[in-house]
Amino acid sequence: MSLLVGFPFGGSTVPHTLEPSTRLAYDARSAPNPWFSWSYVRDNAEIITDRLQEHVTLTVVSVLIAAAIGIPLGVVAFRNRWLAAVILSLTGVLYTVPSLALFALIAPFTGLTHRTVIIGLVAYALLVIVRNTLTGLGQVPAEVREAAVGMGYGRLAMLWRIELPLALPGIMTGLRIATVSTVALVTVGVIVGYGGLGQLIMEGFRNNFYRAQIATATVLVVAVGLAFDMLLAGLTRLLTPWARRRA
Amino acid sequence: MNVVEQAYRWLNDPLNWTIPGGILDRLGEHLWLSAASVLLGCAVAWPVGILLGHTGRGGGLTVTVANVTRAVPTLALLTLLPLTFVGFGSPAVILALTVFAIPPLLANAYTGIREVDPEVREAARGMGMSSWQVLAKVELPLAVPYLATGFRTAAVQVVATATLATFVNGGGLGTIISQGFGLGLSAGGGQVLAGGILVAALALLVEAVLAILERVLTPRHLRQRRRQAAADPSLGAA
Repeated sequence: MSLLVGFPFGGSTVPHTLEPSTRLAYDARSAPNPWFSWSYVRDNAEIITDRLQEHVTLTVVSVLIAAAIGIPLGVVAFRNRWLAAVILSLTGVLYTVPSLALFALIAPFTGLTHRTVIIGLVAYALLVIVRNTLTGLGQVPAEVREAAVGMGYGRLAMLWRIELPLALPGIMTGLRIATVSTVALVTVGVIVGYGGLGQLIMEGFRNNFYRAQIATATVLVVAVGLAFDMLLAGLTRLLTPWARRRA
Repeated sequence: MNVVEQAYRWLNDPLNWTIPGGILDRLGEHLWLSAASVLLGCAVAWPVGILLGHTGRGGGLTVTVANVTRAVPTLALLTLLPLTFVGFGSPAVILALTVFAIPPLLANAYTGIREVDPEVREAARGMGMSSWQVLAKVELPLAVPYLATGFRTAAVQVVATATLATFVNGGGLGTIISQGFGLGLSAGGGQVLAGGILVAALALLVEAVLAILERVLTPRHLRQRRRQAAADPSLGAA
């Protein structure tokens, strides 16, 4: 792998006033180490896309699992105050535990696999999704509920046709926050070797503090987060046409 | 010997606590990095947040700062800062951690001042107080619960984030975890687990102590409002 391609160790930047012997003695600090280099991107396009793909896959899988567990959990918790208190305090404790510590608590049992990273990421995303589902359902006006009961809606029909659609903006906000923070958190997975673009960041740091590699990976992480955020914002607009009219 | 047993043995060995680079050393580094970052964050974020709240401008700024820092991975900031003029060493780590302390401090300072009842502010003006007196004698005392919440959120966030300092050889308790991974899971699995337990325990302890402190600091008649200022759920985990 040619990590150091695009890192031209040349004598060209050494001032000509130096003695010839000093000029030959090469000094790493005087080598150009640009923040961005096209040649780095071009020569490493393959590994960059691989890491990018890994990053996106880890994010999508984690958020989907978290949503599949978190939204139903939020709905159940909304009907049961006791359960809501238990879930909120449990997830609150979990959220206080730093990501690296969480991976450290999981890894001895699941090994150096992508499973370790996904379990950790799901745990964090779960909290945000459950909380926002609860908040969203709590914002459904009592009059609307009463009207639905008066119209003869049963519990399930009311949930499916009244409460969930009205809670959708809240739920989607939860998904957006969870997704953006998951994108940033994936990088910590580097500790077990599955950090997506975080791998590039750490490798760049270890290989002579290669700025172009660290900066490129960072920009990509932020871009992925932004792209997901905009995608989900667009999806929210599509799913809640009534909110658009009001605004 | 299974991993849990290994971790128990590792934690039970006094040498692991007292040798240079042992648990106590790492704990000291961790707390020093965290304290410096939170204090620096307060010095920057509180004056700005309080002034913005007092003038009622820049509400959007606090939201933007929070959103931007949520998207930037801690790891990136930790690796990028040493390569700038800041240079290697603890200043770079402290500066990176400060960036993550600022959003909760800023948002809570702003909200705390903004949430002061406009009638109270009017009454203070009517009594002939100047703008500065209103800020110092009315708005600030009433904003204390929010400032305390911001402080707790920021401190917990920073203590959590400081774990990642090990990625750039910055020390702290995270080092125990990364050294364990360095030994390989079959040999170092116990140390990895033990490190995870230590870091998690520290984070939970800091959260608990600051929550108690926050309660003590908040005057009784303001406690009801404290609930509304509950920790901002929009903050990312570290």
